[in-house]
Amino acid sequence: MTERSEGTEPPLLSIENLVVDFATDDGLVHAVDGVSLTVRAGEIVAVVGESGSGKSVTAMSILGLVRTPPGVVRDGRILLRGEDLRTVTGERLREIRGADIAMIFQDPMTALNPVITVGQQIAEALRLHDRDLGKAAARTRVVELLRMVGVPDAETRYGQYPHEFSGGMRQRAMIAMAIANDPDLLIADEPTTALDVTIQAQVLDLLRTAQRETQAATILITHDLGVVAELADRVVVMYGGRVVEEAGVRPLFARPRHPYTAGLLASVPRADLDGELVSIPGSPPNMIEPPSGCAFHPRCPMARERCVEDRPELRDLGDGRRSACHFTDELAEGSALFSAEEAAG
Amino acid sequence: MSAIGLDTPAPGAVRRSPGRRAVRRFLRHRMAVVSAVVLLLIVLAAVFARQISGHDPNATDLFATRTGPSGDHWLGTDSTGRDVLARLLFAGRVSLGVGVAAALLSVAVGTVVGSLSGLLGGWVDQTAMRLADVFMSFPSVVVMVVIAGVIGPSVTAMVIAIGLFQWPQSGRLVRGVTLSVREQEYVQAARAVGAGPLWLVRRHIVPAALPPVSVVATIAVAQAIGLEATMSFLGIGVQPPAASWGNMLTDAQSLTVIKTMPWLWLPPGLAVAVTVLAVNFIGDGLRDAVDPR
Repeated sequence: MTERSEGTEPPLLSIENLVVDFATDDGLVHAVDGVSLTVRAGEIVAVVGESGSGKSVTAMSILGLVRTPPGVVRDGRILLRGEDLRTVTGERLREIRGADIAMIFQDPMTALNPVITVGQQIAEALRLHDRDLGKAAARTRVVELLRMVGVPDAETRYGQYPHEFSGGMRQRAMIAMAIANDPDLLIADEPTTALDVTIQAQVLDLLRTAQRETQAATILITHDLGVVAELADRVVVMYGGRVVEEAGVRPLFARPRHPYTAGLLASVPRADLDGELVSIPGSPPNMIEPPSGCAFHPRCPMARERCVEDRPELRDLGDGRRSACHFTDELAEGSALFSAEEAAG
Repeated sequence: MSAIGLDTPAPGAVRRSPGRRAVRRFLRHRMAVVSAVVLLLIVLAAVFARQISGHDPNATDLFATRTGPSGDHWLGTDSTGRDVLARLLFAGRVSLGVGVAAALLSVAVGTVVGSLSGLLGGWVDQTAMRLADVFMSFPSVVVMVVIAGVIGPSVTAMVIAIGLFQWPQSGRLVRGVTLSVREQEYVQAARAVGAGPLWLVRRHIVPAALPPVSVVATIAVAQAIGLEATMSFLGIGVQPPAASWGNMLTDAQSLTVIKTMPWLWLPPGLAVAVTVLAVNFIGDGLRDAVDPR
């Protein structure tokens, strides 16, 4: 954590060694296995990884939304301005949810109750944190919020049901709901995944504006590196329930220091290079019995004997970069692993 | 899902709330509509009992006992010379009142227990559901006789006793709805903005459970009216001189009465039958209205 060089201000959120397991019929799934990450006030941190890498579970743990059972947060601390969210319960927890930390869900189709008008649902988010807020005042504020997120004809839209909203409009409404109480931390869980490609760009724009206006730090969970490049300041790459690489967005794209990140970057379709799409061979690890050593070794083109036995720890590389690969130095020298050019040629 | 597709208004069409669509479907159910009208008439008759009958239900006339229907006493008089029509209508107040009160009580208890049981899960759920099993496996009439024996027969005791035996039905139903609703992402979203369990119950679970619960509640009313009649008939429900449909039937236990004085037992018997039937039909209509398939 030498990236503190940018300022001595303590981070807004810091997760230390988070461990989350899920009990399933097939056995214990180690969904999150010792994740540490920090978010400073106002920055956008992208958490990237395949499905099942533990990124959503990490986000859910922050808000205490992991359902127990089957989920268990086994270990670790989640500190919001020094307050451990794992020990917070009851009224204080409900205060933090929404007012300090808000969440934007992946699928706006299901994250809104179909039988309550959109306006009322946003108004409820407000009234949960301000019991004295009158109906009329709440309405005025909601209409204002809807305008802010670019919902046209907000007055009419207030009284409409979710099914009368398009997907993009619904996601806008969800964003309005999330920023309603002016949170310090926004968690956006795959905010554009469920949307049409044409709408995605608009919603990303909106997220950026919303973030700028509210100055809320943002955790952006996604598997879409395009979204990352668009929005993030810093990137945390997760694989098999662990953080495998962390870096600023530019350095990461310029020179990944973990073979998994390199694979992810190489598998982004690029319009400027024709040729076959590169993919990472194999499939995500079985989290009930994770592979020995480095969880990525069965799929890693750089894997050697050491990787099978010895699990690499997340090491500080300086300049705010961290990587969990024994051979990260080789990547620093720029040996391309999954080169699109190579595959084309 | 096709029903939803068909019911979705075309662009530019008048917006219809889910409630209005349900009303429309209910109105298509002919028996339910007829039943609703019949029930309304019964309720009105009970409310305006005094004006319609023109007699005091408890005024005895020992010189005119068990007289047949006449211009003065439309449905004749009973064994102590009381006007049967007056008693029938006043009894309607008691019977309907007990039925509705007991059903409301059972639904209220069922909704609270069921939703918390489903939402909190774990030992709360286990305890509540085993309790429901216990109540459902007991022979209710026998226990009600015992309750009446212990704390004495009264309308309140009867309402509580009936409610106590009916709550598991709505309780289980609401628990089921809760289990499916709590997995919805909008519930997670509500939690994420700081909603507590009571808020979730009030804003998300009860509204979702209301349509099926209204069906169960209607059927519960019918059952409660039947149970009230049973208990009053057995003499452990509504106590004389207050009239109820059940205790009016008590007078009709002799063969002579059944054979020769039908005005004593036919009206209360029909009243119970017609009311229960009507309420059940309404329940059917409601079921179709709120659960189109």
